[in-house]
Amino acid sequence: MDLNYNDEELAFRDEVRAFLKDKLPARIADKVKKQQRLTKEDMVEWHAILNDRGWLASAWPKEYGGAAWDAVQRNIFEEEACRAGAPRVVPFGIGMLAPVLMAFGSSEQCDHYLPRILDGTDWWCQGYSEPGAGSDLASLKTTAVREGDHYIVNGQKTWTTLGQHADWIFCLVRTSNEGKPQQGISFLLIDMATPGIEVRPIILLDGEHEVNEIFFDDVKVPVENLVGEENKGWTYAKYLLTHERTGTAGIGFSTEGLAQLKRIAKAQKKRGRPLAEDPLFAARMAKIEIDLAALRTTNLRVLQDAMSGAASPADSSMMKVKGTVIRQAINDLARRALGPHALPFVSEALDAGYNEPPIGPDYANPVAADYFNNRKLSIFAGSNEIQKNIISKLNGL
Amino acid sequence: MDFSLTDDRRMLADMATRFVREKYDIESRHKFAASDEGFSREIWGEFAELGLIGALFGEDVGGFGGTGFDLAVVFEELGKGLVVEPMLANLVAGKLVELAGSAEQKMLLEKVIGGETLLAFAHSEPESHYDLAHVATGAEKTEKGWRLTGHKSAVLNGDSADLLVVSARVSGDVADEEGIALFLVNPHAKGVAIRGCPTVDGGRVGDIALNGVEVSTHVRLGEEAFATIEQAFAAGIVAVSAEALGAMQVATEMTLEYLKTRKQFGVIIGRFQVLQHRYAEMLIEIEQARSSLINAAGHLESGRELREWNVSALKNLVGRVGHLVAEETIQMHGGIGMTWEYALPHYAKRLTMIDHQFGDEDHHIERVIALSAG
Repeated sequence: MDLNYNDEELAFRDEVRAFLKDKLPARIADKVKKQQRLTKEDMVEWHAILNDRGWLASAWPKEYGGAAWDAVQRNIFEEEACRAGAPRVVPFGIGMLAPVLMAFGSSEQCDHYLPRILDGTDWWCQGYSEPGAGSDLASLKTTAVREGDHYIVNGQKTWTTLGQHADWIFCLVRTSNEGKPQQGISFLLIDMATPGIEVRPIILLDGEHEVNEIFFDDVKVPVENLVGEENKGWTYAKYLLTHERTGTAGIGFSTEGLAQLKRIAKAQKKRGRPLAEDPLFAARMAKIEIDLAALRTTNLRVLQDAMSGAASPADSSMMKVKGTVIRQAINDLARRALGPHALPFVSEALDAGYNEPPIGPDYANPVAADYFNNRKLSIFAGSNEIQKNIISKLNGL
Repeated sequence: MDFSLTDDRRMLADMATRFVREKYDIESRHKFAASDEGFSREIWGEFAELGLIGALFGEDVGGFGGTGFDLAVVFEELGKGLVVEPMLANLVAGKLVELAGSAEQKMLLEKVIGGETLLAFAHSEPESHYDLAHVATGAEKTEKGWRLTGHKSAVLNGDSADLLVVSARVSGDVADEEGIALFLVNPHAKGVAIRGCPTVDGGRVGDIALNGVEVSTHVRLGEEAFATIEQAFAAGIVAVSAEALGAMQVATEMTLEYLKTRKQFGVIIGRFQVLQHRYAEMLIEIEQARSSLINAAGHLESGRELREWNVSALKNLVGRVGHLVAEETIQMHGGIGMTWEYALPHYAKRLTMIDHQFGDEDHHIERVIALSAG
C-alpha cells in the first residue's frame, strides 16, 4: 500500500504543470476561474495547443496521434488541468466517437475521421437521446431506411450538447423493427451540412444555450457512413457509454469547486464572523470534504484496477453516482453561502469584457446559475437511477 | 501509488479470515459473549499463537507489524466474525505502553503479545463524553509515588484486565491537555473497585472506582500523556473502523441473500427497484468507507495534523455509513431482521455501537473542522 504517486508519476505531474503554466492562455484560464462563458474559439484554441503537444487525445494509441496515457496519467492531467483553470477537452469526438471508430469502424473511417478530430477540422456532437428515448435509449425511433447507396434518415434527436457548433453528428438510428428493440439499431455518421437537418436551440433553466434539438427530414446519408455492421449499433453504443462514464466522477472539478466554496465561506459574513466559522455551515463543508477525500482514493483504486484489468464494470457507475452527488452538494453549499446575494443574476456578466461593477460580491453572479446548471450531472450520461440499477444488477440482484 | 497488500499482510489477512470462518460461527460467538469474562481465553490463546496480537505491535516490542495497514487487515476480518475477544482494548492500552513506556515497561508487551497478560485503558469518565482531555480523576503526589482518586466508566474490557492503564490528572483544570499522566495499575490493588457489565452489542465494560489507590513512582508511563493518548486512539480508530468495514460487508452479503430469496407478491423482493437502489447506495458508501480507511491507515505513521485529519475523517464517515448499513439492512430484512436468533441484527448493533467508541460522527466532524482551520 502506498497512497502517494511514485517518482515517475510525480515527474509526469511536474511536466504537466510546467506545460499548463507555459501554454494555457491566461485569458482562457481567467474565464474558467471566474465561471464565465467560453466561446467555440476558446475551446478550439485550447484543443490546438494540446494537439501541438500531442496531448489532445490523451487515451488514443500513438499510431493515431494520441498520447497513449494510462489511467493514472490521465487522472493526473485532469487534476492539474482543473487546478490551472484549463477548459475541459470537448469529449464528443476525442473521447466518445474515436474509441468506437477504433474498435468497430473501418480503416478508411479511422484514416479519414481521426486526423480531422485532432486538427479541429470536424466538431462532433452526439445524437443519442430522443424525446421518447432518454434512460430507455433502446426505444429510439429515428429511422434510417436503405435506398440504394444511401440511408434516408427521419426523426428527431435531443439534448445535443454543443450541437450548434457541430460539423458532424454520430447517431443511433433504427434500421430494423425485428426482434428486441436493441437489435435494430445502427451507428451512423452524418454531415450536419446535409439538406434536411435543422438545429433548434434548447435554452436551459439557467438561460444558457448549451443543448439543442436536431430534426432530420429525409436526410440522405451515404452507406459508407455506417460504422461496423447494420443493427449492431447498440453494442457499439454500450461500449461508448462505458467510455463516457470513466472520468465522470469529476474529482478535479469538485476539488476546484470546494476550494472556491471555502473562499466564499471565508469572505461571507454571518453575525460579523466569517461564515466558514459558523458551526453548522462548517459541518456541511467538512462533510463534503471528507466525502471527496474518500472518493479521490476510490477513484485511484478504480484506476489501478482498470490498469491491472481487475476493474468491476460497476466501478464507473459508482464513481458517477458519488462523484455527481458530491459536485452537486458543493454547488448547493456555494449557493447557500451567498445568502441573499445568490438572487441577483446578470447574464451579460458571464461574458469576458463585461465592465459594469458587480452587484454584491464579485464572485456571486455565476453561483446560483451554476448550481441550477449542474442539476444535469445526475441526469446525463445515464441518470443516477440507471447507474444504481446497473450497480445492483452487477452485484447480484 | 499502490493499493495492493504486501504478501505478508495478505497472509495475515488470509489467516484471520480462515480462523474466523472455521472457529467463529455466530453461536460460538454468542456463547463466548455470554460467559463471565465475555470472551474465550482459549480463543485468545489461539490469537496469540497465530500472531494476530503480535501483528498489532512493532518489532522493537516483540511484535511484527503495528502499522496502520496491519491493524486494518486484522480488524476487518475480526469484524466479519463479530469477534468479542479484547483485541481493541489491548491494542489501545498496548499502544500507550509502546509509545510512552520505558524500556522496562515495554517488556510487558511480550506477555501481551503472548496472550498471558490482558490490558485495558481506563480513561473515559462519567462526564468526559468523547473529550480526550477531560480527566477529572486526580493523581496526588505522595512520599512513595502517587495516590489516584476518581471514577472511570465504560472501560472496554476493564473487568477482565490483568493490568490497567489509568489516566489521571497531575495538574491543571479538568479539560486541560496539559497535566494528564498515565499509570499502570493493578486491578486488585487496594482501593480499586470494578463492576463488570455486558454491553448492548455483545462486549464487556468495567465501571472502575479508584478510591485513594496508592501506586509507586515507577508505574508512571512517560510524562505528559495527551499526545500519547491521541496517537493510541488514532490506532484504535483505524482498527475499529476496519472492524466496522468487515461487519458492513457481512451485513450487506446477508441482505443480498435475503433479497434474492424472500418472495412477496409472487416475486423475489430483490426485483423491486426501491430495494435495488437502497442496496446500491449501501455498496457505494461502503466503498467510500474503505477508501477513507485506506487514507487513515496510510497516514497513521504521518505527522500529527495529517494523521488526525484523516483519522477523524474516517471515524466520521464510518459513523455515517455504519448507521446507514445498520438501519437499512434491518429494514430490508423486515421482521426477521429484528430477531435475536438471526445473525444480522448483531452486526447492525455492533455497527451502531462502534459510533459510540472513540468519538461519534459529530465529535469527529468537529475535529475535522478544527484541524482544517489550523
